[in-house]
Amino acid sequence: MNFDFSLIISSIPLLLEGLGLTIQLWVISGVLGLLLAIGLMLMRISGKWFLYAPAMIYIYIFRGTPILVQLFIIYHGLPQVEFIRESFLWVVLREPFGCGILALTLNTGAYVSEILRGGVIGVPKGLGEAGAALGLSKVQRFIYITTPLAVRLAIPAYSNDVISLMKSTALVSTITLLDMMGIARVIVSETYAPYEIFISLMIIYLVITWATQKAFAVFERRMSRHIIQ
Amino acid sequence: MNLANTEPKPVISLQDVDKYFGEFQALKKINLTVAKGERIVICGPSGSGKSTLIRCINRLEEHNSGTIIVDGHELTDQVKDIDAVRREVGMVFQNFNLFPHLTIVENLMLAPRLVRKTAKDEARKHAMKLLERVRIPEQADKFPSQLSGGQQQRVAIARALCMNPAIMLFDEPTSALDPEMINEVLEVMTDLAKEGMTMICVTHEMGFARSVADTVVFMDAGEIVERNTPEEFFSNPQQQRTQNFLKQILSH
Repeated sequence: MNFDFSLIISSIPLLLEGLGLTIQLWVISGVLGLLLAIGLMLMRISGKWFLYAPAMIYIYIFRGTPILVQLFIIYHGLPQVEFIRESFLWVVLREPFGCGILALTLNTGAYVSEILRGGVIGVPKGLGEAGAALGLSKVQRFIYITTPLAVRLAIPAYSNDVISLMKSTALVSTITLLDMMGIARVIVSETYAPYEIFISLMIIYLVITWATQKAFAVFERRMSRHIIQ
Repeated sequence: MNLANTEPKPVISLQDVDKYFGEFQALKKINLTVAKGERIVICGPSGSGKSTLIRCINRLEEHNSGTIIVDGHELTDQVKDIDAVRREVGMVFQNFNLFPHLTIVENLMLAPRLVRKTAKDEARKHAMKLLERVRIPEQADKFPSQLSGGQQQRVAIARALCMNPAIMLFDEPTSALDPEMINEVLEVMTDLAKEGMTMICVTHEMGFARSVADTVVFMDAGEIVERNTPEEFFSNPQQQRTQNFLKQILSH
């Protein structure tokens, strides 16, 4: 086998042309997914069956099926439905970019809601009671006591999901988008050099992951100021 | 025998209060009145319902039947009344329950700022005054995890005082402390009692009960078995269950 090291280096700039799209998909679906996750988590812990039951079903479906299948259903399946083509949703769904964002958001929202719930459950009950005894309302207790502590507890698992989401963006190359993975596939089909190109791609993903890990480490340290070793 | 009856109007009154946890009856027909400025110590074996009783007074637990009236407010499902009551009633917990992500002074400022909308400077000034009162102003900008247990519990007392409560509830405030730290907390509580605070303390510190309490209440199996002045309670307990309990805790 001929292995061309120079191709690894020379293909990186080409792949980086897809970086913008990868980052857009990652950041937009990450932010929307987090908002969705907060909503789902609040429904889950509401204690009211008509809120937590739908949230649980939603989480079960989106955690229980491959994201690739979800992506295909959104991209290939939903446009078949007439009322979707006629609704405002069509603005999003007629573009593969919108389909990608939607699939990634719905998927990550399900996972992150469980991560956040874990954080909330991890906050000692006595702290909420102390807040209640001081006359703080339920909402005040949740915002000023539960949330900051739950965030700290959820950071390690959440950073895992953020990195996982970044890698999942590569799946949108299957619905014609030219993110870094999409570009890699085009180059491979032209050069017949899958090893070199995909190794370059791996290097780029690893660099992004490294930066993300560093950022979360800083965030975690900041949120842990009160924990004295 | 009931000292509170000589007072014009009780600040806390419980009438025929029952409390269940599932099938288990934690409180059985509890009747108790507390006059303004009265200091009550509640003791009894673990599982006797003492903590449940005082947790019902600020509705951390909801009673199932009977009436509880605190400072003129009857405790019902109405949220407005509960918040009003909780502002009047301070509570100190066994495990301190300081907010770990806030500094000491921030722990004291949180409720006045959120609930009473006190300005930041004013809240801080008031908090510092209270920290001086519990003798740890120098710890103001540390986090709770940097303090000893005794210091944390004194901060917890100061935090409860921040809302200027008319009544203070203490739920085994020294039970989680190392022995050498118990006194510093009891001293602060004794100071409070001398200032005329209405207090209900669940505690096994019998020395504290003897020197500070007006009334000692003994509970067992969800009932109030006996209540009396400390002198009578310790020297001349009426009930068999009280005698057994005192024998056990005073035998060492």
